[in-house]
Amino acid sequence: MRSSKNNWILSSLSFLLLLILWELSAKFSGWNEHVFPGPLQVLKGMMELSSDGTLFRHSVASLYRVTAGFYLAVVLGIPLGILMGRWSWMRMIVNPMIQFLRPISPLAWIPLAMLWFGIGDKPAIFLIFLSSFFPLVVSTTVAVGSINPVFFQVARNFNFSRWETISRIVVPAITPSVITALRITITIAWLVVVAAEMIAVQSGLGYLILDSRNALRMDYVMDGMIIIGFIGLLLDGFMRKLGHIEAALWRTMGRRVG
Amino acid sequence: MGQIRIENLSKEYVDRRRQKRSPTSPKTHGRRVRVLDGIHLEFDAGEMVCILGPSGCGKSTMLRIIAGFEQPTAGAVWVDDRRLNRPSPDHIFVFQHSGLLPWMTVSQNVELGIRHMEDEKEKAALIQEFVEMVELEGFENHYPYQLSGGMQRRAELARALAVNPEMMIMDEPFSGLDFLTHMKMREEVVNMHQLIGKTILLVTHDIDDALIMGDRVVVLGGRPANVKLDQRLDFSHPRNFEKDEELGRLREEVFLMLGVSYAV
Ligand SMILES: Nc1ncnc2c1ncn2[C@@H]1O[C@H](COP(=O)(O)OP(=O)(O)OP(=O)(O)O)[C@@H](O)[C@H]1O
Ligand SMILES: [Mg+2]
Repeated sequence: MRSSKNNWILSSLSFLLLLILWELSAKFSGWNEHVFPGPLQVLKGMMELSSDGTLFRHSVASLYRVTAGFYLAVVLGIPLGILMGRWSWMRMIVNPMIQFLRPISPLAWIPLAMLWFGIGDKPAIFLIFLSSFFPLVVSTTVAVGSINPVFFQVARNFNFSRWETISRIVVPAITPSVITALRITITIAWLVVVAAEMIAVQSGLGYLILDSRNALRMDYVMDGMIIIGFIGLLLDGFMRKLGHIEAALWRTMGRRVG
Repeated sequence: MGQIRIENLSKEYVDRRRQKRSPTSPKTHGRRVRVLDGIHLEFDAGEMVCILGPSGCGKSTMLRIIAGFEQPTAGAVWVDDRRLNRPSPDHIFVFQHSGLLPWMTVSQNVELGIRHMEDEKEKAALIQEFVEMVELEGFENHYPYQLSGGMQRRAELARALAVNPEMMIMDEPFSGLDFLTHMKMREEVVNMHQLIGKTILLVTHDIDDALIMGDRVVVLGGRPANVKLDQRLDFSHPRNFEKDEELGRLREEVFLMLGVSYAV
Protein backbone atom coordinates (compact mmCIF):
# COMPACT_ATOMS: atom_id res chain seq x y z
CA MET A 1 0.00 0.00 0.00
CA ARG A 2 2.63 2.49 1.07
CA SER A 3 4.85 1.89 -1.93
CA SER A 4 1.95 2.41 -4.35
CA LYS A 5 1.19 5.70 -2.61
CA ASN A 6 4.83 6.71 -2.91
CA ASN A 7 4.77 5.82 -6.59
CA TRP A 8 1.79 8.04 -7.06
CA ILE A 9 3.47 10.98 -5.39
CA LEU A 10 6.60 10.41 -7.44
CA SER A 11 4.62 10.36 -10.69
CA SER A 12 2.81 13.59 -9.87
CA LEU A 13 6.08 15.26 -8.92
CA SER A 14 7.75 14.29 -12.18
CA PHE A 15 4.69 15.46 -14.09
CA LEU A 16 4.81 18.77 -12.26
CA LEU A 17 8.51 19.07 -13.08
CA LEU A 18 7.70 18.50 -16.74
CA LEU A 19 5.13 21.31 -16.67
CA ILE A 20 7.62 23.68 -15.07
CA LEU A 21 10.31 22.82 -17.60
CA TRP A 22 7.79 23.36 -20.37
CA GLU A 23 6.76 26.76 -19.02
CA LEU A 24 10.39 27.83 -18.60
CA SER A 25 11.50 26.72 -22.05
CA ALA A 26 8.45 28.44 -23.58
CA LYS A 27 9.37 31.68 -21.74
CA PHE A 28 13.02 31.65 -22.69
CA SER A 29 12.92 29.98 -26.08
CA GLY A 30 12.75 33.35 -27.80
CA TRP A 31 9.79 32.20 -29.81
CA ASN A 32 6.52 34.04 -29.90
CA GLU A 33 3.92 32.65 -27.48
CA HIS A 34 1.73 31.81 -30.48
CA VAL A 35 4.47 29.56 -31.88
CA PHE A 36 5.54 27.86 -28.64
CA PRO A 37 2.91 28.44 -25.95
CA GLY A 38 3.52 27.42 -22.35
CA PRO A 39 1.19 25.26 -20.27
CA LEU A 40 -0.71 28.21 -18.85
CA GLN A 41 -1.45 29.53 -22.32
CA VAL A 42 -2.52 26.06 -23.40
CA LEU A 43 -4.78 25.72 -20.37
CA LYS A 44 -6.38 29.07 -21.20
CA GLY A 45 -6.93 27.87 -24.77
CA MET A 46 -8.49 24.70 -23.39
CA MET A 47 -10.95 26.80 -21.37
CA GLU A 48 -11.89 28.84 -24.41
CA LEU A 49 -12.35 25.78 -26.59
CA SER A 50 -14.46 23.94 -24.06
CA SER A 51 -16.59 26.88 -23.01
CA ASP A 52 -18.09 27.35 -26.47
CA GLY A 53 -18.44 23.57 -26.98
CA THR A 54 -15.96 23.37 -29.87
CA LEU A 55 -13.79 20.78 -28.18
CA PHE A 56 -16.75 18.60 -27.31
CA ARG A 57 -18.18 18.80 -30.82
CA HIS A 58 -14.88 17.80 -32.44
CA SER A 59 -14.27 15.00 -29.97
CA VAL A 60 -17.71 13.57 -30.62
CA ALA A 61 -17.18 13.79 -34.38
CA SER A 62 -13.89 11.85 -34.12
CA LEU A 63 -15.30 9.28 -31.73
CA TYR A 64 -18.29 8.73 -33.98
CA ARG A 65 -16.06 7.97 -36.97
CA VAL A 66 -13.80 5.67 -35.01
CA THR A 67 -16.75 3.83 -33.54
CA ALA A 68 -18.48 3.38 -36.88
CA GLY A 69 -15.36 2.23 -38.76
CA PHE A 70 -14.16 0.01 -35.94
CA TYR A 71 -17.58 -1.54 -35.50
CA LEU A 72 -17.79 -2.38 -39.21
CA ALA A 73 -14.33 -3.94 -39.03
CA VAL A 74 -15.31 -6.05 -36.01
CA VAL A 75 -18.58 -7.21 -37.50
CA LEU A 76 -17.01 -8.23 -40.80
CA GLY A 77 -13.45 -9.05 -39.80
CA ILE A 78 -13.94 -11.45 -36.90
CA PRO A 79 -16.43 -13.74 -38.68
CA LEU A 80 -14.20 -13.77 -41.76
CA GLY A 81 -11.24 -14.65 -39.53
CA ILE A 82 -13.21 -17.52 -38.00
CA LEU A 83 -14.19 -18.86 -41.43
CA MET A 84 -10.60 -18.63 -42.60
CA GLY A 85 -9.33 -20.31 -39.45
CA ARG A 86 -11.81 -23.18 -39.73
CA TRP A 87 -11.81 -23.97 -43.42
CA SER A 88 -8.61 -24.17 -45.38
CA TRP A 89 -10.31 -23.65 -48.74
CA MET A 90 -11.61 -20.34 -47.43
CA ARG A 91 -8.09 -19.46 -46.38
CA MET A 92 -6.74 -20.36 -49.78
CA ILE A 93 -9.24 -18.10 -51.52
CA VAL A 94 -9.14 -15.08 -49.25
CA ASN A 95 -5.70 -15.08 -47.68
CA PRO A 96 -3.61 -13.94 -50.69
CA MET A 97 -5.84 -10.91 -51.09
CA ILE A 98 -5.65 -10.05 -47.38
CA GLN A 99 -1.91 -10.51 -47.23
CA PHE A 100 -1.47 -8.25 -50.26
CA LEU A 101 -3.72 -5.43 -49.04
CA ARG A 102 -2.63 -5.59 -45.41
CA PRO A 103 0.75 -3.85 -45.67
CA ILE A 104 -0.69 -0.89 -47.60
CA SER A 105 -1.04 2.01 -45.18
CA PRO A 106 -4.67 3.15 -44.83
CA LEU A 107 -3.41 6.66 -45.58
CA ALA A 108 -2.45 5.53 -49.08
CA TRP A 109 -6.15 4.95 -49.66
CA ILE A 110 -7.02 8.62 -49.04
CA PRO A 111 -7.24 9.66 -52.71
CA LEU A 112 -9.45 6.71 -53.59
CA ALA A 113 -11.54 7.14 -50.45
CA MET A 114 -12.24 10.77 -51.31
CA LEU A 115 -13.04 9.94 -54.90
CA TRP A 116 -15.39 7.10 -53.97
CA PHE A 117 -17.07 8.55 -50.91
CA GLY A 118 -16.76 12.29 -51.42
CA ILE A 119 -16.42 14.71 -48.55
CA GLY A 120 -17.75 14.00 -45.05
CA ASP A 121 -17.81 11.13 -42.62
CA LYS A 122 -17.77 8.31 -45.12
CA PRO A 123 -14.18 8.44 -46.38
CA ALA A 124 -12.88 8.77 -42.82
CA ILE A 125 -14.99 5.82 -41.69
CA PHE A 126 -13.73 3.83 -44.66
CA LEU A 127 -10.11 4.54 -43.68
CA ILE A 128 -10.75 3.54 -40.07
CA PHE A 129 -12.38 0.38 -41.32
CA LEU A 130 -9.34 -0.48 -43.43
CA SER A 131 -6.95 0.19 -40.59
CA SER A 132 -8.83 -2.15 -38.24
CA PHE A 133 -10.17 -4.80 -40.60
CA PHE A 134 -6.93 -6.45 -41.72
CA PRO A 135 -5.29 -6.77 -38.31
CA LEU A 136 -8.52 -8.20 -36.91
CA VAL A 137 -8.92 -10.77 -39.69
CA VAL A 138 -5.33 -11.90 -39.36
CA SER A 139 -5.30 -12.17 -35.57
CA THR A 140 -8.64 -13.98 -35.52
CA THR A 141 -7.40 -16.49 -38.10
CA VAL A 142 -4.24 -17.11 -36.11
CA ALA A 143 -6.24 -17.46 -32.88
CA VAL A 144 -8.55 -20.06 -34.43
CA GLY A 145 -5.58 -21.97 -35.81
CA SER A 146 -3.96 -22.23 -32.40
CA ILE A 147 -6.97 -23.70 -30.57
CA ASN A 148 -5.98 -26.90 -28.77
CA PRO A 149 -7.12 -29.78 -31.07
CA VAL A 150 -8.36 -31.69 -28.03
CA PHE A 151 -11.28 -29.26 -27.83
CA PHE A 152 -12.38 -30.20 -31.34
CA GLN A 153 -12.13 -33.89 -30.45
CA VAL A 154 -14.36 -33.22 -27.46
CA ALA A 155 -16.80 -31.49 -29.81
CA ARG A 156 -16.87 -34.49 -32.15
CA ASN A 157 -17.14 -36.90 -29.24
CA PHE A 158 -20.22 -35.10 -27.95
CA ASN A 159 -21.76 -34.82 -31.41
CA PHE A 160 -21.58 -31.05 -31.72
CA SER A 161 -23.22 -29.58 -34.78
CA ARG A 162 -21.13 -27.28 -36.94
CA TRP A 163 -22.80 -24.28 -35.37
CA GLU A 164 -22.23 -25.57 -31.83
CA THR A 165 -18.55 -26.11 -32.61
CA ILE A 166 -18.29 -22.46 -33.63
CA SER A 167 -20.37 -21.00 -30.84
CA ARG A 168 -19.30 -23.22 -27.94
CA ILE A 169 -15.70 -24.04 -28.84
CA VAL A 170 -14.24 -21.56 -31.33
CA VAL A 171 -15.75 -18.32 -30.05
CA PRO A 172 -14.96 -18.80 -26.35
CA ALA A 173 -11.53 -20.23 -27.17
CA ILE A 174 -10.47 -17.19 -29.20
CA THR A 175 -12.13 -14.55 -27.02
CA PRO A 176 -9.02 -13.70 -24.97
CA SER A 177 -6.75 -13.26 -27.99
CA VAL A 178 -9.42 -11.38 -29.92
CA ILE A 179 -9.81 -8.94 -27.05
CA THR A 180 -6.07 -8.33 -27.11
CA ALA A 181 -6.30 -7.75 -30.86
CA LEU A 182 -9.20 -5.32 -30.36
CA ARG A 183 -7.14 -3.38 -27.91
CA ILE A 184 -4.22 -3.01 -30.31
CA THR A 185 -6.52 -2.26 -33.22
CA ILE A 186 -8.50 0.52 -31.57
CA THR A 187 -5.20 2.28 -30.89
CA ILE A 188 -4.33 2.07 -34.59
CA ALA A 189 -7.81 3.28 -35.54
CA TRP A 190 -7.47 6.25 -33.23
CA LEU A 191 -4.14 7.14 -34.83
CA VAL A 192 -5.67 6.95 -38.27
CA VAL A 193 -8.80 9.00 -37.58
CA VAL A 194 -6.77 12.09 -36.76
CA ALA A 195 -4.83 11.78 -40.02
CA ALA A 196 -8.01 11.13 -42.00
CA GLU A 197 -9.68 14.22 -40.56
CA MET A 198 -6.90 16.44 -41.78
CA ILE A 199 -8.02 15.84 -45.33
CA ALA A 200 -11.59 15.09 -46.07
CA VAL A 201 -13.75 16.71 -43.42
CA GLN A 202 -14.63 19.93 -41.61
CA SER A 203 -14.87 18.53 -38.11
CA GLY A 204 -13.08 16.27 -35.68
CA LEU A 205 -9.94 16.62 -33.62
CA GLY A 206 -7.71 16.22 -36.66
CA TYR A 207 -9.55 19.07 -38.35
CA LEU A 208 -9.29 21.17 -35.18
CA ILE A 209 -5.52 20.79 -35.22
CA LEU A 210 -5.22 21.61 -38.89
CA ASP A 211 -7.59 24.57 -38.63
CA SER A 212 -5.77 25.97 -35.60
CA ARG A 213 -2.48 25.69 -37.39
CA ASN A 214 -3.87 27.73 -40.27
CA ALA A 215 -4.96 30.33 -37.71
CA LEU A 216 -1.48 30.14 -36.13
CA ARG A 217 -2.99 29.15 -32.77
CA MET A 218 -0.45 26.63 -31.52
CA ASP A 219 -2.11 26.62 -28.11
CA TYR A 220 -5.24 25.19 -29.74
CA VAL A 221 -3.07 22.69 -31.64
CA MET A 222 -1.64 21.50 -28.36
CA ASP A 223 -5.10 21.34 -26.81
CA GLY A 224 -6.15 19.08 -29.65
CA MET A 225 -3.12 16.87 -29.10
CA ILE A 226 -3.79 16.63 -25.37
CA ILE A 227 -7.40 15.61 -25.91
CA ILE A 228 -6.34 13.03 -28.51
CA GLY A 229 -3.91 11.52 -26.03
CA PHE A 230 -6.49 11.58 -23.29
CA ILE A 231 -9.22 9.90 -25.34
CA GLY A 232 -6.68 7.35 -26.58
CA LEU A 233 -5.92 6.46 -22.98
CA LEU A 234 -9.63 6.12 -22.22
CA LEU A 235 -10.19 3.83 -25.20
CA ASP A 236 -7.29 1.64 -24.17
CA GLY A 237 -8.53 1.54 -20.59
CA PHE A 238 -11.96 0.52 -21.79
CA MET A 239 -10.49 -2.29 -23.89
CA ARG A 240 -8.39 -3.43 -20.98
CA LYS A 241 -11.54 -3.65 -18.87
CA LEU A 242 -12.96 -5.88 -21.57
CA GLY A 243 -10.06 -8.25 -20.93
CA HIS A 244 -11.32 -8.79 -17.40
CA ILE A 245 -14.80 -9.96 -18.34
CA GLU A 246 -15.55 -13.49 -17.26
CA ALA A 247 -15.43 -14.92 -20.78
CA ALA A 248 -11.79 -13.95 -21.14
CA LEU A 249 -10.62 -14.95 -17.69
CA TRP A 250 -10.18 -18.66 -18.23
CA ARG A 251 -6.90 -18.20 -20.01
CA THR A 252 -5.12 -15.67 -17.84
CA MET A 253 -6.29 -17.36 -14.66
CA GLY A 254 -5.48 -20.79 -16.03
CA ARG A 255 -1.96 -19.65 -16.74
CA ARG A 256 -1.48 -18.26 -13.28
CA VAL A 257 -2.48 -21.55 -11.68
CA GLY A 258 -1.02 -24.06 -14.12
CA MET B 1 -24.80 -56.46 -26.46
CA GLY B 2 -21.43 -54.82 -26.78
CA GLN B 3 -18.77 -57.36 -27.55
CA ILE B 4 -15.81 -55.43 -28.92
CA ARG B 5 -13.56 -56.86 -31.57
CA ILE B 6 -10.36 -55.21 -32.74
CA GLU B 7 -9.48 -56.93 -35.95
CA ASN B 8 -6.08 -56.86 -37.58
CA LEU B 9 -5.67 -53.19 -36.76
CA SER B 10 -2.70 -51.39 -38.29
CA LYS B 11 -1.74 -47.74 -38.41
CA GLU B 12 0.92 -45.98 -40.40
CA TYR B 13 1.89 -42.33 -40.17
CA VAL B 14 3.60 -40.45 -42.93
CA ASP B 15 6.67 -38.73 -41.62
CA ARG B 16 6.54 -35.47 -43.57
CA ARG B 17 9.46 -33.90 -41.79
CA ARG B 18 11.85 -36.49 -43.11
CA GLN B 19 10.67 -35.88 -46.66
CA LYS B 20 11.96 -32.32 -46.73
CA ARG B 21 15.25 -33.23 -45.15
CA SER B 22 16.32 -35.86 -47.65
CA PRO B 23 17.33 -34.25 -50.93
CA THR B 24 18.53 -37.60 -52.23
CA SER B 25 15.01 -38.92 -52.69
CA PRO B 26 12.98 -35.84 -53.55
CA LYS B 27 10.00 -37.65 -55.02
CA THR B 28 9.06 -39.94 -52.13
CA HIS B 29 5.91 -39.07 -50.24
CA GLY B 30 7.67 -39.14 -46.91
CA ARG B 31 8.71 -42.22 -45.03
CA ARG B 32 5.81 -44.26 -43.75
CA VAL B 33 6.17 -45.16 -40.11
CA ARG B 34 4.17 -48.15 -38.94
CA VAL B 35 3.02 -47.65 -35.36
CA LEU B 36 0.48 -50.46 -34.88
CA ASP B 37 0.88 -53.80 -36.59
CA GLY B 38 -2.02 -56.22 -36.86
CA ILE B 39 -3.52 -55.76 -33.41
CA HIS B 40 -6.13 -58.39 -32.61
CA LEU B 41 -8.17 -58.19 -29.41
CA GLU B 42 -11.62 -59.16 -28.18
CA PHE B 43 -13.37 -57.84 -25.09
CA ASP B 44 -16.71 -58.63 -23.52
CA ALA B 45 -19.23 -55.94 -22.72
CA GLY B 46 -18.66 -54.48 -19.28
CA GLU B 47 -15.03 -55.49 -19.03
CA MET B 48 -12.42 -53.19 -17.63
CA VAL B 49 -9.44 -53.56 -19.93
CA CYS B 50 -6.14 -52.07 -18.85
CA ILE B 51 -3.57 -51.47 -21.56
CA LEU B 52 0.13 -51.22 -20.80
CA GLY B 53 3.11 -50.54 -23.00
CA PRO B 54 6.31 -48.54 -23.21
CA SER B 55 6.07 -44.83 -23.94
CA GLY B 56 5.59 -44.04 -27.60
CA CYS B 57 4.52 -47.55 -28.55
CA GLY B 58 1.13 -46.46 -29.85
CA LYS B 59 -1.31 -46.79 -26.96
CA SER B 60 -2.86 -43.38 -27.49
CA THR B 61 -2.96 -44.01 -31.22
CA MET B 62 -4.94 -47.21 -30.70
CA LEU B 63 -7.39 -45.45 -28.38
CA ARG B 64 -7.85 -42.58 -30.84
CA ILE B 65 -8.68 -45.06 -33.58
CA ILE B 66 -11.17 -46.91 -31.37
CA ALA B 67 -12.77 -43.57 -30.47
CA GLY B 68 -13.03 -42.75 -34.17
CA PHE B 69 -10.84 -39.65 -34.09
CA GLU B 70 -8.46 -41.30 -36.54
CA GLN B 71 -8.85 -43.91 -39.25
CA PRO B 72 -6.76 -47.10 -39.24
CA THR B 73 -4.52 -47.90 -42.19
CA ALA B 74 -5.88 -51.44 -42.16
CA GLY B 75 -8.30 -53.45 -40.05
CA ALA B 76 -11.35 -52.33 -38.14
CA VAL B 77 -13.01 -52.05 -34.75
CA TRP B 78 -16.41 -53.72 -34.29
CA VAL B 79 -19.03 -53.55 -31.58
CA ASP B 80 -21.07 -56.69 -32.24
CA ASP B 81 -21.72 -56.25 -35.97
CA ARG B 82 -21.51 -52.49 -36.04
CA ARG B 83 -18.30 -50.95 -37.23
CA LEU B 84 -16.88 -48.14 -35.10
CA ASN B 85 -15.44 -45.50 -37.37
CA ARG B 86 -16.51 -42.14 -36.09
CA PRO B 87 -16.75 -40.37 -32.74
CA SER B 88 -20.02 -40.77 -30.91
CA PRO B 89 -21.40 -40.15 -27.43
CA ASP B 90 -21.68 -43.95 -27.14
CA HIS B 91 -17.96 -44.11 -26.50
CA ILE B 92 -16.61 -41.20 -24.54
CA PHE B 93 -12.92 -40.39 -24.51
CA VAL B 94 -11.23 -39.18 -21.34
CA PHE B 95 -8.14 -37.31 -22.43
CA GLN B 96 -4.54 -37.85 -21.37
CA HIS B 97 -4.32 -34.18 -20.45
CA SER B 98 -7.47 -32.41 -19.38
CA GLY B 99 -10.29 -32.46 -21.90
CA LEU B 100 -12.53 -30.16 -19.89
CA LEU B 101 -13.55 -27.03 -21.77
CA PRO B 102 -11.81 -24.34 -19.70
CA TRP B 103 -14.42 -21.64 -20.42
CA MET B 104 -17.23 -23.73 -18.96
CA THR B 105 -17.98 -24.41 -15.32
CA VAL B 106 -18.06 -27.93 -13.91
CA SER B 107 -21.81 -28.25 -14.37
CA GLN B 108 -21.70 -26.79 -17.88
CA ASN B 109 -19.05 -29.36 -18.76
CA VAL B 110 -21.08 -32.19 -17.27
CA GLU B 111 -24.08 -30.94 -19.23
CA LEU B 112 -22.35 -31.32 -22.61
CA GLY B 113 -23.40 -34.91 -23.19
CA ILE B 114 -27.00 -34.41 -22.06
CA ARG B 115 -27.56 -30.91 -23.43
CA HIS B 116 -30.41 -32.05 -25.67
CA MET B 117 -32.53 -33.35 -22.81
CA GLU B 118 -35.86 -31.59 -22.92
CA ASP B 119 -36.88 -31.66 -19.29
CA GLU B 120 -34.70 -29.00 -17.66
CA LYS B 121 -35.49 -30.23 -14.17
CA GLU B 122 -34.54 -33.78 -14.98
CA LYS B 123 -31.36 -32.55 -16.61
CA ALA B 124 -30.37 -30.47 -13.60
CA ALA B 125 -31.02 -33.44 -11.33
CA LEU B 126 -28.85 -35.67 -13.51
CA ILE B 127 -26.01 -33.15 -13.48
CA GLN B 128 -26.28 -32.94 -9.72
CA GLU B 129 -26.27 -36.73 -9.42
CA PHE B 130 -23.00 -37.12 -11.33
CA VAL B 131 -21.35 -34.14 -9.69
CA GLU B 132 -22.11 -35.78 -6.37
CA MET B 133 -20.92 -39.16 -7.58
CA VAL B 134 -17.43 -37.74 -8.09
CA GLU B 135 -17.72 -35.73 -4.87
CA LEU B 136 -17.56 -32.30 -6.42
CA GLU B 137 -20.68 -30.87 -4.79
CA GLY B 138 -20.09 -27.21 -4.00
CA PHE B 139 -17.88 -26.82 -7.06
CA GLU B 140 -20.61 -26.85 -9.71
CA ASN B 141 -20.00 -23.25 -10.65
CA HIS B 142 -16.22 -23.39 -10.54
CA TYR B 143 -14.14 -23.18 -13.69
CA PRO B 144 -11.52 -25.87 -14.36
CA TYR B 145 -8.70 -23.47 -13.47
CA GLN B 146 -10.20 -23.18 -10.01
CA LEU B 147 -9.93 -26.95 -9.44
CA SER B 148 -6.95 -29.10 -8.53
CA GLY B 149 -5.65 -31.66 -10.99
CA GLY B 150 -7.49 -34.52 -9.29
CA MET B 151 -10.74 -32.59 -9.18
CA GLN B 152 -10.43 -31.84 -12.89
CA ARG B 153 -10.08 -35.56 -13.63
CA ARG B 154 -13.14 -36.31 -11.52
CA ALA B 155 -15.11 -33.60 -13.29
CA GLU B 156 -14.18 -35.14 -16.62
CA LEU B 157 -15.26 -38.55 -15.32
CA ALA B 158 -18.62 -37.09 -14.30
CA ARG B 159 -19.01 -35.59 -17.76
CA ALA B 160 -18.31 -38.95 -19.37
CA LEU B 161 -20.63 -40.85 -17.04
CA ALA B 162 -23.53 -38.43 -17.50
CA VAL B 163 -23.83 -39.46 -21.15
CA ASN B 164 -24.40 -43.05 -20.10
CA PRO B 165 -22.02 -44.33 -22.79
CA GLU B 166 -21.59 -47.93 -23.81
CA MET B 167 -17.88 -47.60 -23.39
CA MET B 168 -15.39 -45.24 -21.79
CA ILE B 169 -11.95 -44.78 -23.28
CA MET B 170 -9.46 -43.38 -20.81
CA ASP B 171 -5.96 -42.32 -21.78
CA GLU B 172 -3.77 -42.24 -18.69
CA PRO B 173 -6.46 -40.74 -16.48
CA PHE B 174 -4.12 -40.69 -13.48
CA SER B 175 -1.03 -39.10 -15.00
CA GLY B 176 0.16 -35.99 -13.25
CA LEU B 177 -1.68 -36.72 -10.02
CA ASP B 178 0.06 -36.96 -6.67
CA PHE B 179 0.42 -40.41 -5.11
CA LEU B 180 -2.52 -40.20 -2.70
CA THR B 181 -4.91 -38.77 -5.26
CA HIS B 182 -3.78 -41.46 -7.68
CA MET B 183 -4.60 -44.20 -5.17
CA LYS B 184 -7.99 -42.67 -4.40
CA MET B 185 -8.89 -42.22 -8.05
CA ARG B 186 -7.90 -45.83 -8.70
CA GLU B 187 -10.34 -46.90 -6.02
CA GLU B 188 -13.03 -44.59 -7.34
CA VAL B 189 -12.75 -45.91 -10.87
CA VAL B 190 -12.94 -49.51 -9.63
CA ASN B 191 -16.00 -48.71 -7.54
CA MET B 192 -17.60 -46.84 -10.38
CA HIS B 193 -16.95 -49.73 -12.73
CA GLN B 194 -18.50 -52.23 -10.35
CA LEU B 195 -21.46 -49.92 -9.89
CA ILE B 196 -22.33 -49.19 -13.49
CA GLY B 197 -20.59 -52.01 -15.32
CA LYS B 198 -19.54 -50.04 -18.39
CA THR B 199 -16.89 -51.28 -20.74
CA ILE B 200 -13.74 -49.34 -19.91
CA LEU B 201 -10.55 -49.23 -21.94
CA LEU B 202 -7.88 -47.66 -19.81
CA VAL B 203 -4.32 -46.95 -20.84
CA THR B 204 -1.83 -46.53 -18.05
CA HIS B 205 1.90 -46.38 -17.43
CA ASP B 206 1.46 -47.94 -14.04
CA ILE B 207 1.66 -51.74 -13.95
CA ASP B 208 0.02 -51.88 -10.53
CA ASP B 209 -2.93 -49.82 -11.83
CA ALA B 210 -3.48 -52.38 -14.54
CA LEU B 211 -3.20 -55.44 -12.33
CA ILE B 212 -5.28 -54.05 -9.48
CA MET B 213 -8.07 -52.54 -11.56
CA GLY B 214 -8.37 -54.62 -14.70
CA ASP B 215 -10.62 -57.53 -15.57
CA ARG B 216 -8.10 -58.00 -18.31
CA VAL B 217 -4.60 -56.71 -18.89
CA VAL B 218 -3.15 -56.14 -22.33
CA VAL B 219 0.51 -55.39 -22.93
CA LEU B 220 1.50 -53.77 -26.21
CA GLY B 221 5.10 -53.69 -27.30
CA GLY B 222 7.57 -53.70 -30.11
CA ARG B 223 8.05 -51.39 -33.02
CA PRO B 224 5.60 -51.51 -34.70
CA ALA B 225 3.51 -52.51 -31.71
CA ASN B 226 1.50 -55.67 -31.37
CA VAL B 227 -0.07 -57.59 -28.51
CA LYS B 228 2.55 -59.09 -26.18
CA LEU B 229 0.16 -60.25 -23.49
CA ASP B 230 -3.61 -60.54 -23.20
CA GLN B 231 -4.55 -62.00 -19.85
CA ARG B 232 -7.81 -62.27 -17.91
CA LEU B 233 -7.56 -61.30 -14.25
CA ASP B 234 -10.10 -63.25 -12.19
CA PHE B 235 -9.19 -61.91 -8.78
CA SER B 236 -11.68 -60.41 -6.39
CA HIS B 237 -11.46 -56.77 -5.27
CA PRO B 238 -9.76 -55.37 -3.27
CA ARG B 239 -6.65 -56.96 -4.66
CA ASN B 240 -3.31 -57.31 -3.02
CA PHE B 241 -0.02 -58.60 -4.37
CA GLU B 242 0.91 -60.32 -1.10
CA LYS B 243 -2.47 -61.99 -0.70
CA ASP B 244 -2.80 -63.20 -4.28
CA GLU B 245 0.46 -64.96 -5.02
CA GLU B 246 -0.53 -65.55 -8.58
CA LEU B 247 -1.11 -61.82 -9.08
CA GLY B 248 2.34 -61.14 -7.63
CA ARG B 249 3.90 -63.58 -10.07
CA LEU B 250 2.05 -61.96 -12.96
CA ARG B 251 3.32 -58.58 -11.83
CA GLU B 252 6.91 -59.79 -12.03
CA GLU B 253 6.26 -61.23 -15.43
CA VAL B 254 4.83 -57.95 -16.75
CA PHE B 255 7.69 -55.94 -15.30
CA LEU B 256 10.18 -58.18 -17.05
CA MET B 257 8.15 -58.02 -20.23
CA LEU B 258 8.42 -54.21 -20.17
CA GLY B 259 12.16 -54.49 -19.69
CA VAL B 260 12.41 -53.71 -15.98
CA SER B 261 14.07 -56.24 -13.70
CA TYR B 262 15.13 -53.85 -10.97
CA ALA B 263 11.84 -52.76 -9.39
CA VAL B 264 10.56 -56.28 -8.81
N1 LIG C 1 -0.07 -37.50 -35.92
C1 LIG C 1 1.07 -38.23 -35.94
N2 LIG C 1 1.92 -38.14 -36.98
C2 LIG C 1 3.05 -38.86 -37.01
N3 LIG C 1 3.43 -39.71 -36.04
C3 LIG C 1 2.63 -39.84 -34.97
C4 LIG C 1 1.42 -39.11 -34.86
N4 LIG C 1 0.84 -39.44 -33.68
C5 LIG C 1 1.64 -40.34 -33.09
N5 LIG C 1 2.73 -40.58 -33.86
C6 LIG C 1 3.81 -41.51 -33.54
O1 LIG C 1 3.22 -42.73 -33.14
C7 LIG C 1 3.94 -43.30 -32.06
C8 LIG C 1 2.98 -43.68 -30.97
O2 LIG C 1 2.43 -42.51 -30.38
P1 LIG C 1 1.37 -42.58 -29.20
O3 LIG C 1 1.05 -41.20 -28.78
O4 LIG C 1 0.26 -43.47 -29.62
O5 LIG C 1 2.23 -43.32 -28.07
P2 LIG C 1 1.80 -43.72 -26.58
O6 LIG C 1 1.99 -45.17 -26.46
O7 LIG C 1 0.47 -43.18 -26.24
O8 LIG C 1 2.92 -42.97 -25.74
P3 LIG C 1 2.81 -42.33 -24.28
O9 LIG C 1 2.75 -43.48 -23.35
O10 LIG C 1 4.09 -41.57 -24.15
O11 LIG C 1 1.61 -41.47 -24.24
C9 LIG C 1 4.98 -42.31 -31.64
O12 LIG C 1 6.24 -42.78 -32.08
C10 LIG C 1 4.64 -41.04 -32.36
O13 LIG C 1 5.79 -40.40 -32.80
MG1 LIG D 1 -0.24 -41.62 -24.93
